[in-house]
Amino acid sequence: MSVTEVQFSSQGLDNVAITSVEGRTQWQLTWRRLRSDKVSMIAMAVIVIMIILAIAAPAVAALTGHDVNTAYPVTGENMDGNPVGPGTNGFLLGTDSTGRDLLVRILYGARISLFVGIVTTLIASVLGVAVGLIAGYFGGVVDTVLARFTDAVLAFPYIVLALALAVVFGPSLTIILVMITFFSWAGIARIVRGQTLSIKEKEYIEAARSLGAGPFRIMFFDILPNLLAPVLVIATLYIPNAVVFESTLSYLGLGVQPPTPSWGNMLSDAQNFYQVAWWYLVFPAAVLLITTLAFNLLGDGIRDAMDPRTEKLIAARRLRRRQTRRSMNKGNKEALRGLAVGGAATADTRMKG
Amino acid sequence: MATANNTDDNVLVRVENVVKYFPVKAGGFLKHTVGHVHAVDDVSLVIERGKTLGLVGETGSGKSTLARCVAGLIPVTSGKVFLNGTDISRLSRGAMRPLRREVQMIFQDPYSSLNPRRRVGAIIGDPFAIHKTATGAERKRMVQELMERVGLNPEHFNRFPAEFSGGQRQRIGVARALALRPKLIICDEPVSALDVSIQAQVLNLLSDLQSEYGLSYLFIAHDLEVVRHVSDKVSVMYLGRIGEAAPADSLYSQPRHPYTVALLSAAPAADPNAAAARQRIILTGDVPSPIDPPAGCRFHPRCPKAQDICGRVEPPLVTHDDLEISKTVPPGWQSADAAGPGVPGIPGGEAHVTACHFPVVPGETLASARTASIAAEREPA
Repeated sequence: MSVTEVQFSSQGLDNVAITSVEGRTQWQLTWRRLRSDKVSMIAMAVIVIMIILAIAAPAVAALTGHDVNTAYPVTGENMDGNPVGPGTNGFLLGTDSTGRDLLVRILYGARISLFVGIVTTLIASVLGVAVGLIAGYFGGVVDTVLARFTDAVLAFPYIVLALALAVVFGPSLTIILVMITFFSWAGIARIVRGQTLSIKEKEYIEAARSLGAGPFRIMFFDILPNLLAPVLVIATLYIPNAVVFESTLSYLGLGVQPPTPSWGNMLSDAQNFYQVAWWYLVFPAAVLLITTLAFNLLGDGIRDAMDPRTEKLIAARRLRRRQTRRSMNKGNKEALRGLAVGGAATADTRMKG
Repeated sequence: MATANNTDDNVLVRVENVVKYFPVKAGGFLKHTVGHVHAVDDVSLVIERGKTLGLVGETGSGKSTLARCVAGLIPVTSGKVFLNGTDISRLSRGAMRPLRREVQMIFQDPYSSLNPRRRVGAIIGDPFAIHKTATGAERKRMVQELMERVGLNPEHFNRFPAEFSGGQRQRIGVARALALRPKLIICDEPVSALDVSIQAQVLNLLSDLQSEYGLSYLFIAHDLEVVRHVSDKVSVMYLGRIGEAAPADSLYSQPRHPYTVALLSAAPAADPNAAAARQRIILTGDVPSPIDPPAGCRFHPRCPKAQDICGRVEPPLVTHDDLEISKTVPPGWQSADAAGPGVPGIPGGEAHVTACHFPVVPGETLASARTASIAAEREPA
């Protein structure tokens, strides 16, 4: 609010000295809207906690006193040689089939999953943006070749190729990274190409050309800033895909190899034990579910927050919540209902004003 | 009258027989050309130093295409564009680069001509960055000087285009075009998207800048009054051709091409009495397709004065100054032989040239001619 007031006064009175009034950027507006979205904020908190825990996995291991790949046959297994349940002998989430600490292994697995998810999405975004930009901007033969190649990649049965590659080169983290990146960039490239096709027809691109700007300058300075928003949304939604893909490969035994823990290979191993140790199956699966869900919800939230059309909705939501809180303090339920209706109307007029 | 000499000191831009066809593609996967849009068809004109050449015509007449050819933004199909005596129509991008500084553009839509994701300082500073003429603090100082010159608050350089009004945005566009101190600014309908009061402000700014920096303008618009206000010379385009060209006063006071007459009669008048009194010529039919333009005079299917010859022979763009038409021939039915071949002229020069076999003479009423021709048309049907 104060920003708008400053703008008005600076227009009215020329002699009022104001140094470089800064405009509210699209990112600031997005952040403001995102902050009012409870689901997105919870999702973001989950992701942040997950990342912190993954980074701090060695510290957690040190706290529990359990090494990630060490089996604890004495404390970690019961009389029958089966895993012990959560909370037993200092194993917070129990142990796995060979008596290793499940909590520590899940956290070490998070390191791999998040690393693979984030790194492949970053590389795929850069690749996808580059290919999409070049195809969309230059058009013609370049576009035909790149767009058809993109379509070919998207049409590939990725599990089959992944299996084949893993068999040929042997399973390794590098192969996982290469494979997930290879199957991720194409979707981003296709969306970027579409955006570029529409943006390059704008007059400001023509203006840049009339100033003498070359194609790469135009792509980088004029088109790219307009692509960041959609790419950020897709990237957020691609991370959980990559996490699941990594888990799938590891589950099939083609990804991360034991004893290195990964959510996928833990689930694979847990299949044989779930009847005696439910926690072995439930906890890795739950963490996988929560992480991917959080990324997906955050991606949805960012997409909504970037869409100016949702501003009205979000402003109404913000106002309603504020008034709900106020009337809750009064403890007057009747007033609450009245205010909620009135609040929506106030939000409407404020938007128009 | 402009001379045909390229090295004429007064001539900044000389367009010679420029043709621009756009291919029309058909077929889904394997595209093939099925025809061409004749956007600009054999147009010549000159722009003198420090002067404004107005270009009017309705939508689709090829004004903007011609402007983009002059700006070197799109390659011409044939013909030449001379800037200071150098043919720029065949130059590579690299060779064109230094010449880009000489010709700049102001665009019609102040909303789409500024990148919404970039700050105003960056937008106006772009020319300096592209041509590497100034960096850092010096660039900022120059940007702020420009902003001040075009009437913007220099403190607003950190803002985004969305935070400005339409008129302010157009000023940003003007500042950007002005940054490289060009000789020619091509204004492609610079005020069409603005309110009338804001139009006047921007037009006054443009005219101030013209006298301050000795700029030449190629001013495109479909608002005849705006063009009259700013232009020294005016050319009227119809379907990719120039129909009439003359100094502004001469064109507005004595339009000779029937299309110009119709166009002027369609302009709204502010005074209700004048509006009621004026005689409107309502053209029948639509503008023919530029893919398959009519033979002969391109205006003949809609022309109230059209005769047989108009559909066969294309009228040259010539002067008709020597004709004392109204005295010798009944108005409206002037024959081509009686008119005789005038002196060829180049649009943008001092001559009043018209591409018409039967130019309108002072005092002639086209409305009656139209009624006659409509009657003639209906008879056989």
